[in-house]
Amino acid sequence: MTPLLETVDVCCERDDRLLVENLCLHVEQGGIYQIEGPNGSGKTTLLRALCGLSSRYTGEIRWRGEPVKKVRMDYLSQLLYIGHSSGVKAALTPRENLAWHGAIKTDATQKTDHAIEAALEKVGLYGYEDVPCFTLSAGQQRRVGLARLFLVPAQLWVLDEPFTAIDKQGVAELEGWIEEFASNGGAVILTTHHQLAIAQSVQHIRLGNL
Amino acid sequence: MSLDSDITSVSLSGAFLATLRRDLLLAYRRRSDFMNPLAFFLIVCSLFPLGIGPNPQQLALLAPGILWVVALLACMLASDTLFRHDFDDGSLEQMILSPAPLYLQVMAKTLSHWLLTGFPLTLLSPLLAVLLQLPSSGLLALCLSMAIGSASLSFIGAIGAGLTVGLRKGGLLLSLIILPLYIPVLIFGVSTVKSAVDGLPYIGTLAVLGAFLAMAVTLAPLAIAAAVKISVDN
Repeated sequence: MTPLLETVDVCCERDDRLLVENLCLHVEQGGIYQIEGPNGSGKTTLLRALCGLSSRYTGEIRWRGEPVKKVRMDYLSQLLYIGHSSGVKAALTPRENLAWHGAIKTDATQKTDHAIEAALEKVGLYGYEDVPCFTLSAGQQRRVGLARLFLVPAQLWVLDEPFTAIDKQGVAELEGWIEEFASNGGAVILTTHHQLAIAQSVQHIRLGNL
Repeated sequence: MSLDSDITSVSLSGAFLATLRRDLLLAYRRRSDFMNPLAFFLIVCSLFPLGIGPNPQQLALLAPGILWVVALLACMLASDTLFRHDFDDGSLEQMILSPAPLYLQVMAKTLSHWLLTGFPLTLLSPLLAVLLQLPSSGLLALCLSMAIGSASLSFIGAIGAGLTVGLRKGGLLLSLIILPLYIPVLIFGVSTVKSAVDGLPYIGTLAVLGAFLAMAVTLAPLAIAAAVKISVDN
């Protein structure tokens, strides 16, 4: 079976330092891939290259067997990326933030207010829909960003340090969501320094041993 | 957490309107930010009669130039923040990763920028024109040229803003990039108002401004989208 995402001899550099060398990664449906490495080892650089945010790599990245440059629209409509900064506007309410994220990622006409409320309830922000995000705590703002996991249908989640600022219970919940998503046939690539408590086998990719 | 097997399509008009609505809403929540260029326009224009004396003939001669130069500087001042907040909070990454073309989204952002700077400047300009003793025959030409010209300025400014958003101190570089491109708009804007004041037909210069705008609306978003991608790539 063709892997969902495939990298062929991918090398990444940043500021003249070679961070990733000849990475051949096969991301299968239902797989969870944890990228590990010390600070500055190129975890974020690799994720940004995989998403197509960065062009500073050599080698090829394929989506369902086709080069991502050719099937970019198809790839982007199946990809959900949550980076260090979550794209949440402090001046807007969680509902307004998610309405925008929903509209640029999916067909807005099908995304009702109800879907946004359900997503917010899922991340534990029930009752906070209409308060401005700057009044929420850092962890709650992070959760607004994570609510996109339930709003935007995707096949591949790329999560850069998703556990930052999330409390213990939230970490367990997020691990549960990742596991559930993978068991439903999705694939997850994430970076974290945290030991994942997931029953399913997690593939580890170690960077920084060059 | 649904896994739709079919490709989720994104509605283009939906994405365009969502970005436009979000930017207008953000400006409404941060009113002081978008008032800055307007206050600048108001203050500088009202200082001129104090600086060069209240002689009506002298003021009337200088009025078209003063109004246009100050409006241009106000637009430049405002364009610096066009992508800054989106860059800092990661929204720009999400816009690039959206299946909706970046072309449409930067167009929506630029349009909202014009609605918040160029459009209010246009509405303010007749008031300040009276203050600067501009003959009433030039008022309509001033409003029309300002409306059309400031929209071109917004699109040109957005190219510079996209290119410099990744730099910590892009302010000076931004003005160096966009000021030369502003100059044709300034020349035709001022000459439209001057022709109207002198009682000459001004439709020709106004049409040139319109041609600038047509070119800016269609081509500038390509440059803005490319500039934004380069800035995020770093």
